[in-house]
Parts: sequence; structure tokens; C-alpha cells
Amino acid sequence: MTMLLDIIGGLLLVAGTAFLLFGGLGLVRMPDVFNRIQAGTKATTLGTLLTLAGATCLQPAWGVKLLLIGLFLLFTNPLSSQVLARAAHRSGAGKSEKTSIDRLEEDQRKKP
Amino acid sequence: METSDKAESGAHNQVILFTTLFLFWIMLNGTLAADTLLIGALASLSIALLLPNGLSFFTELQDTPQALVAGVRYYGYFFKELVRSNIKLTAIVLTRDLPIQPGIVKVRTKLKSRMGRLMLANSITLTPGTLTVELDGEWLYVHWVTVESTDIDAATAKIVSGFERYLEVMYG
Repeated sequence: MTMLLDIIGGLLLVAGTAFLLFGGLGLVRMPDVFNRIQAGTKATTLGTLLTLAGATCLQPAWGVKLLLIGLFLLFTNPLSSQVLARAAHRSGAGKSEKTSIDRLEEDQRKKP
Repeated sequence: METSDKAESGAHNQVILFTTLFLFWIMLNGTLAADTLLIGALASLSIALLLPNGLSFFTELQDTPQALVAGVRYYGYFFKELVRSNIKLTAIVLTRDLPIQPGIVKVRTKLKSRMGRLMLANSITLTPGTLTVELDGEWLYVHWVTVESTDIDAATAKIVSGFERYLEVMYG
């Protein structure tokens, strides 16, 4: 039983770190701040959740605390990304040349 | 009349916020020792008093059985979308010519409650290729890595509707 949990835990840890790695790669490869935030948020959320789940399998006694950390992350991670994105947009951060449309900027121009 | 209603809902919010924080504290400590409880109660109380408009997970949550069922199904759907989102993003990042076509689109939500809108904005941020940039009343501005539609209704159907049908029952 412990053996099985160890294996599952190990696999979850590897999967979690893999997503974190791809998220990091996304940060480097994406062309502008908004796309970078996109890459950062999603990968860190799932990556960290999987890592926490893996840790729970290896140390079941920590389960409740790790679950709380996961919940906390689930709420704060997207929120901080949104605030960053909004601040970037308000301060006129550069957008990739590939950007096809920006409704927010259009609407802000309409307002006096 | 209206101001007293408002004050009442503020106090109600504070009670909910206090309870949530206090429960969180107890679970985090894993003990019911008197000194731990006292410190937790004091800290939770000060935070709740300082933030009369503070939102917590249970704020505005409907107390119907349907809301509970919708909550469970919401999380099922949410985790499915989160995994899908990561796989999609990994595929984009690992493709040589970075197949993105970003843009910011405007969508509309039917949700009225603050907590419902907050949860919706969070959910959108964690799902495939979308990131909430600005919230303005019922309007949400969403950054989309691969813009599939610039039309408000079509974009709403693609981005918002999946979560909205659960959140509507949970928070209204």
C-alpha cells in the first residue's frame, strides 16, 4: 500500500514539475506581457496542485494542510494574475504584433 | 431604510468572513487548544472588522441543495478545464512557430452577485487560453491567446456559459 502510494506520489510530483517547466518555457517564449501571464498562471496553478497532491501521497499526515494550501492557491493565483494584467493594460504595456483586437482599448477611447 | 439594510448585510458578511477565517485557522493548526483558538478568534475578528465588504468563499452562497450539487459539478468541470488548459498551453509553447493569435474580447455575464462574478473571473483565467483583464459591471474584458470570435454573443457562449450555468445556481 505504502509502495503504491509512493509510486503515485512520485508520478504526481514529476507531472507537476513538468507543467511548471512548460510554464517557465512559456514565460520565455511568449511575445508580450498578457500571453506571458497566461502561460504563467495556468501552469503554476496545475503544476503546484499536482505537486501538493504528490506530497500528500508521500506524507498522508500533511494532507489537510496541503489541501488548504491548494485551496488558497486556487483563489489567489488567478486573482493576482488578473490584477497584474489590468495594471499592465492601464499602464499601456506593449502588445504583440499578432494581437488582432483590443475591445478594452476601444471602449476606453469612447469614454470622455 | 435602505442604509439599515445595507448595514445588516455588511454585518452578515462579516460573520461569514469571521467563520471562514476561523475554520481555516483551526484546520491549519489541527488542534483545539485554548490558546490557539483564542489567537485565531482575535485575528479573524480583527480582519472581519477591518474588512466589512470582504468576500469569502461562503459569502452570498445560496443555501439550497441545488447549490451544493451545482458546486460539486462546478469543481468537476473546473478541474477538467484546468487540465485541458494546461495541455493546450503546453502544446502551443512546444510548437516551433508559436501558433497564437491574441486579442482582448468583450463578454457579458448574467451573474449579479459579487462573489459569483469573482468566481467567474477566476475560472475564466484558469481555463484554456483566456485571462480576465478588466471587470466593469456585467462586462468582462478577456485576453484570449487564440481569438476564435470577436462577436460579443459568440465569445460569451464560448468563454462564459460553461461556468455560468453552475455559478448561477450557486451564487445567483
